[in-house]
Amino acid sequence: MKPVLFANARIVDPSQGLDEVTSLLMQDGRVAGIGRDVHGPEGAQILDVAGLVMAPGLIDVHVHLREPGQEDRETIATGALSAVAGGFTGICAMPNTDPVIDNQGAVGFVKAKGEAAALARVYPIGCVSVGQRGERLAEFGEMTAAGAVAVSDDGHPVMSSHLMRTALEYARTFGIPVADHCEDLALAAGGAMHEGIVSTRLGLKGIPAAAEEIHVARDIILAELTGGHVHLCHMSTRGSVELIRRAKHRGLQVTAEAAPHHFTLTHERCDGYDTSAKMNPPLREAEDRDAIRGALADGTIDCIATDHAPHHYDAKEREFDDAPNGIIGLETALSLAWRELVLSGRMTLPALIDRMSCAPARLWHLGGGTLRPGSPADLVLFDPAAEWRVEPARLRSRSRNTPWAGETLPGVVRATYVGGRSVFVRTGDPADGASAGKRRQA
Amino acid sequence: MNAALLGKDLVGLESLTPEQITAILDTAEPFKEVSERPIKKVPALRGKTIVNLFFEASTRTRISFEFAEKRLSADTVNVQAAGSSVSKGETLVDTARNLEAMRIDMVVIRHGSSGAAQFLGQRIRSNVINAGDGTHEHPTQGLLDLLTLRDRFGRIAGLKVCIVGDVLHSRVARSNIWGLTKLGADVGVCGPPTLLPSHVTDLGVTVFRRIEEAIEWADALNVLRLQLERMTAGFIPSLREYNRVFGVTTDRLSRAPKDLLILHPGPMNRGVEIDSDVADGPHSVILPQVTNGVAVRMAVLYLLAGGSPDWASTGGET
Repeated sequence: MKPVLFANARIVDPSQGLDEVTSLLMQDGRVAGIGRDVHGPEGAQILDVAGLVMAPGLIDVHVHLREPGQEDRETIATGALSAVAGGFTGICAMPNTDPVIDNQGAVGFVKAKGEAAALARVYPIGCVSVGQRGERLAEFGEMTAAGAVAVSDDGHPVMSSHLMRTALEYARTFGIPVADHCEDLALAAGGAMHEGIVSTRLGLKGIPAAAEEIHVARDIILAELTGGHVHLCHMSTRGSVELIRRAKHRGLQVTAEAAPHHFTLTHERCDGYDTSAKMNPPLREAEDRDAIRGALADGTIDCIATDHAPHHYDAKEREFDDAPNGIIGLETALSLAWRELVLSGRMTLPALIDRMSCAPARLWHLGGGTLRPGSPADLVLFDPAAEWRVEPARLRSRSRNTPWAGETLPGVVRATYVGGRSVFVRTGDPADGASAGKRRQA
Repeated sequence: MNAALLGKDLVGLESLTPEQITAILDTAEPFKEVSERPIKKVPALRGKTIVNLFFEASTRTRISFEFAEKRLSADTVNVQAAGSSVSKGETLVDTARNLEAMRIDMVVIRHGSSGAAQFLGQRIRSNVINAGDGTHEHPTQGLLDLLTLRDRFGRIAGLKVCIVGDVLHSRVARSNIWGLTKLGADVGVCGPPTLLPSHVTDLGVTVFRRIEEAIEWADALNVLRLQLERMTAGFIPSLREYNRVFGVTTDRLSRAPKDLLILHPGPMNRGVEIDSDVADGPHSVILPQVTNGVAVRMAVLYLLAGGSPDWASTGGET
């Protein structure tokens, strides 16, 4: 690969406290140097990227790629393409596929498919329990040796406190987090949306905030008991934020993520029985959404994760009770975070890059999350002043279930590099979903 | 112009204005008389085809709709679908498309999922009438309750009506709350806290903790059916205790400062939510409710089909 000198980018890399307009040299798949005095060697390609932000590639610790078993919704390759189109260079694949990823062979399959796609880096997550049945531990050791970066029974909570305790203890051996989907199933049973005035009006069974918070509290207590690393998936309530804040004050190894829909939308979005707003955990109230925004700003919630959940279009075309949970999120995440968190003045751009890249890399011990010279050139270039219209049919994901269809969002990913290789370039072609001519004042 | 009076569908009372609700009740008045004639038929919907699409078992509501349709001279087909769950076969959207392909004019739908009527209405050109969707709304029941109250009191505004029982799972309760509050009644709800929805006071109702307090306050009680499965699901300890604490009994009513009108949407569990003496007593309007149900459904069918309220007294014989 020819060396590339990116000139005049606003390089934002919180891992080295960098936020300035300067140059970056990419050579042999790595970052070779950053600075105004860095020049390309003979024959280097020089790209003037003035006006664009360059950051370490985004990392999403929570995506559903549906392969094996549900390839009509997404495959590892289409999911990885959707990822790079959204500026992600690393994605962690949840194991609730069919069959589930609960052994070293299955982990190896996901990893190999990810490598074959050669787009975003695909990090497999293994199951906590065999068959995700919540009964006995899966083989964490063999799965980590095959490439698993964490364990989770996501889609299902680990309901047995004993199993969760042993998982947290056993995972310490391998230095991996146990990512838990926090939901007290008895309290949430049959629920289709957040329990509140909207569920009362619509006559839908509600899921109270307490269903999440009870489980969060339990996991925090078990983290203290075991000294293990618990990672709390898709936090959605104000009460959860308060619990995590206290746990961090006590110095426990508790990390947490929040999804763009939970810092953007509220339960009113379910009005009219809109199944594109059906997810688990459900969209909550305005004060919950505001608490999530605040927690991302102050670092109580460590990172943004999309919970990218592709569903075939006709699966959502049914009664609200019967529709599946979840939305796709990889291609809209950066724009939503840019709008809701940075343009709104709640946090700085470097803080956002920390939550979407540096923090997940650091906390889950993944590669990436930095542009330090010598590190692999996993990076994103995005135009903060451009806008794009979300047209589901033009998204790279195989599925189209997004609640933002037809909306115009700020912030356009222009290019994504993984290991110095260009894996995604968005042209100015309007058919590509972004208009180069349409610039706003940032 | 009158298609615009109600819009295309009737999915609930929440979205209606007080004027629309009053127009339906007024339109029902002349239709009451049709059912008292020796020949109970007017030509208003002659040539219209209506499908009664029932995904849940129903006797009273289905028969009431069918009488209303036949007394308006519509052609009707009853479909009793086996189950509401998509796992049991055709999806609702496919059912809708098939009905549409048969060029029908109206669908009356009863379905176990909240929102099913709206879902159907958004996907077919025919008029859709909600005959009960999950725990959301049962608008024609709400309307017939309003009509019955108006018959007895001459007005709705200022009435104190308390809905008693399992409000949480009741579509009848939601339609009554919307209809009554829109027409200016004061609405109370009374039942075990386990069977009241969260944030119910945000709907503009007063919560009564004890049935005695509700009886002292109200002009009328609308007593909901207690589904027997609420006990096994753990919402109440036993039917016996429910009757003891929340039952509408002669003894309790006798201590009220005035006589209360008693409504019940049926079918009743005698001796559970309501005592037989009360259900069969002089202040019960449970059977007039059923009679009014036919008239209200005739009015809704007539108005959705584009009929003018002014012509209803002629039975559509324009």
